Amino acid sequence: MDQSKASMETLTLARRFGGPVHSVRIDAIEPFAPDAVAAILALVADNLNASAVFAAGTDRGNDVMARLAARTGQPFAANCVDAEPGSPVSVTRFRWGGSLLESALLHSPRPLITVAPNTFSAEAEPAPIEVDVKPFVAQLDETDLVVRVSDHIDTAGGRVSLAEAKVVVSGGRGVGSKEGFAIIEELAGLLGAAVGCSRVVTSAGWRPHTDQVGQTGTKIAPDLYIACGISGATQHMAGCKAAKRILAINSDAEAPIMLNADYAVVGDLREIVPAISAELRKSR
Amino acid sequence: MRVLVCVKRVPFTGGKMVLAADSMALETKHLGFTISPHEECGVEEAVRLIEANGGESVVLTLGPAEAVEQLRDAMALGIDRAIHLRTDGSEWDPDATAAVIVDAIRTDESATGLFDLIVFGSESADSGGYQVGLRVAHALGRPAVTGLKGVKPEGGSVRCEQEVEGGRDVYVVPMPAVVTVKEGLNLPRYPSVPGRMRAGRKPVATSAPARPAARLELVRLVVPPGQGRRAEVLGSGAAAAPAVVDMLRKIGVV
Ligand SMILES: Cc1cc2nc3c(=O)[nH]c(=O)nc-3n(C[C@H](O)[C@H](O)[C@H](O)COP(=O)(O)OP(=O)(O)OC[C@H]3O[C@@H](n4cnc5c(N)ncnc54)[C@H](O)[C@@H]3O)c2cc1C
Repeated sequence: MDQSKASMETLTLARRFGGPVHSVRIDAIEPFAPDAVAAILALVADNLNASAVFAAGTDRGNDVMARLAARTGQPFAANCVDAEPGSPVSVTRFRWGGSLLESALLHSPRPLITVAPNTFSAEAEPAPIEVDVKPFVAQLDETDLVVRVSDHIDTAGGRVSLAEAKVVVSGGRGVGSKEGFAIIEELAGLLGAAVGCSRVVTSAGWRPHTDQVGQTGTKIAPDLYIACGISGATQHMAGCKAAKRILAINSDAEAPIMLNADYAVVGDLREIVPAISAELRKSR
Repeated sequence: MRVLVCVKRVPFTGGKMVLAADSMALETKHLGFTISPHEECGVEEAVRLIEANGGESVVLTLGPAEAVEQLRDAMALGIDRAIHLRTDGSEWDPDATAAVIVDAIRTDESATGLFDLIVFGSESADSGGYQVGLRVAHALGRPAVTGLKGVKPEGGSVRCEQEVEGGRDVYVVPMPAVVTVKEGLNLPRYPSVPGRMRAGRKPVATSAPARPAARLELVRLVVPPGQGRRAEVLGSGAAAAPAVVDMLRKIGVV
């Protein structure tokens, strides 16, 4: 996730609530200790008499805000795409990873809100902010440092990462088997693409979960998403609808993915995918 | 070791979201139901932990009478017993959900002893509030780590691995602790026939707590406008390959 973009989206929404906007870095404590960050946020919000607290709806943003909510006994609305000040505050937030929206009321003297990443259009040219850096000394309780990052394992191993890839070639149940992915791998190799898959594929053990695209997998936004033998369930689309373009290869011309794709080829992927690879080789 | 896993019953929606007439829920007449996927992995992990270390595993849900199906599903995989906090099927906000779960845990622990680990899903599949586990942990005064793809008890502590960009962050916290987990933590097994039969005989303790007023109050659900894409059919079968490569060229992918 582009941290600065998420911050801009958050700031844009926070501005609507009027008054000066103050900010605390989510990584204020290094190594990351989420209870300590929540403790600092609680203290700062009290000192400034903040009318609301916003954070980006990233993993860390949602984690810290939920801890703040728990320690202050306040409600918290995660992954909002809209918020209107008032008493109560009206929010629109994600359900089902964004496949469904919820209008809700947040009954709280100090609403806690995170902003769903990549959905809210940040102000193109945000008004300049007066930066007033105030050194802040927080007395941290030992118990707030029990949960902290103590080690990091690097797993990025030379391959094109699914989250970052410009092109993703993805296979679903229609691929038929673990071995069936050879033709998906081949096409991905030719396009310098990452391989993705649906949940049916990971549940069957054909591919590791790290390849799964969707609500409970990875959310991606490539230039091109090629979905082979994938029906287009809402939970799958929740992970790939941010793609600039989608090409669906499916034997069923009526599959739901056809309503979410820009291009389609109808037929058996076991013939179509190798034919595309052959054509690419020919034109090299 | 003693492990509690908290799960939520959610509908298995298909290619389209369809709302009930009052727009307060999904139309589920034609849908099946399942344990929310992150929690399915939580159930599997609890079963594995007890297989490896001995002890007892318990599953808890807050949900309608029918949610007993999900409790039986969890017990079919090897969970020993269940706690059902029964609702009338209406929405409970995360704050209220956490409060009654805390009460239920306190009651159970006072009779049977502390749970070394309490496992939640990172967020439920439907309402996605990202907070019930952390609220429960705070109320019980236990450390909590979220979004885990690795959970390994080591003596009196638990080693937690959290997926972050480029790798994993590791936390080691003392037990008793609360963890929230994500799909991909493990590959859940399929229930066996004897497992299903045993599940029918395992105990389910049922109670019906009163619902506190919601402070994150659902007003209505809205299906987001579609992206308005209509696929341009490039052809059918292998014969479409040249048209596909032309398209790839046009959009600058090759
Ligand atoms: C809470 C929840 C979370 C979920 N999260 C995710 C998630 O993160 N990611 C995800 O993917 N799913 C997720 N799912 C599952 C999702 O609902 C679908 O079940 C899944 O996406 C379907 O996978 P599929 O498209 O591969 O399979 P299917 O729906 O079975 O579709 C297979 C498709 O392949 C086509 N096909 C078959 N044979 C061929 C062939 N030879 N050539 C061409 N086409 C062929 C068929 O026409 C069909 O359209 C989730 C479900 C729930 C309830």
